[in-house]
Amino acid sequence: MSHVLKVGIVVFPGSNCDRDVAYVTSEILGWPTQLLWHEETNLSNYDLIVLPGGFSFGDYLRCGAIARFSPIMAAVEDHAAAGKWVLGICNGFQILTEAKLLPGALVRNRDLHFICDRVHLRLEAKERPWLQAYGHQTVIRLPIAHGEGCYYADAATLAELEANRQVLFRYADAHGNITPESNPNGSLNNIAGICNAAGNVLGMMPHPERAADPALTHCPSDHTLDGLQLFKSLLNAAVA
Amino acid sequence: MAQFRAQVFVTLRPSVLDPAGVAVQAGIHHLGYTNVQSVRIGKVVELNLEASDRATAEAQLTHIADQLLANPVIETFRIEVQELATAAG
Repeated sequence: MSHVLKVGIVVFPGSNCDRDVAYVTSEILGWPTQLLWHEETNLSNYDLIVLPGGFSFGDYLRCGAIARFSPIMAAVEDHAAAGKWVLGICNGFQILTEAKLLPGALVRNRDLHFICDRVHLRLEAKERPWLQAYGHQTVIRLPIAHGEGCYYADAATLAELEANRQVLFRYADAHGNITPESNPNGSLNNIAGICNAAGNVLGMMPHPERAADPALTHCPSDHTLDGLQLFKSLLNAAVA
Repeated sequence: MAQFRAQVFVTLRPSVLDPAGVAVQAGIHHLGYTNVQSVRIGKVVELNLEASDRATAEAQLTHIADQLLANPVIETFRIEVQELATAAG
């Protein structure tokens, strides 16, 4: 039984949240953590691969479109196919959809603004491993920071996502109600994060690594550690 | 080998919202042309390439557009190819 996960964080040209994730997994959780340049091709050493936020390849053409062809992505596909954990955050989510590891696409925010805010999310499909450490909590709050976070998929794909319980996070109000007002970017079905059918690949626009440092906590109910539980969930799943 | 110049036109599928197009439409209306009823923004990618013949060039361009230049989930594309006259006579 392992009490740590071995973490590899992919660094593309233009990634800028790679060190934030590494701080959480290495300094806060004490897990062995390695930053991996996007030309790396061997990921056999890692339990969890993180595609971090940022602006890979300048977001040129479409967000994530060019990163998808980096040499490391073939290894990421193999890692996912082997049932190991893959987490794409923000730009990482965009890369996972471009790579077809997750369905749908992320397009320009409905109101064209780049949004930097903290949003409430309702936890869905709590049987999924990524949400195991949240206990009875059903609403969390995480930071978002994106210009292209509007989730789009055709009607058939959306229906399949819902039927398979692949939606893990939905934009909500503080009480967990899914409303148009609580949808910051126009995402269909208020979708903020989805996993693949097998459940080992997760993409999400909110930033769990930005809500994970106990030094920034003032009280237990202030949501400042809501992101840390996501990482801890994987340990629970590994032990279970 | 022959030289070709190609233009790949990438446009959003009709089912995908184009908030940038809506914003530009508002600008056009402010310019005075309130008769403009819809605006959709796409991309044009210009490529020069060498290929043995036109069919080969078109097949390669279709693959490039389908795999990289456009995302078929949200976009469609159209390709125009023109063979360039060779300089040497």
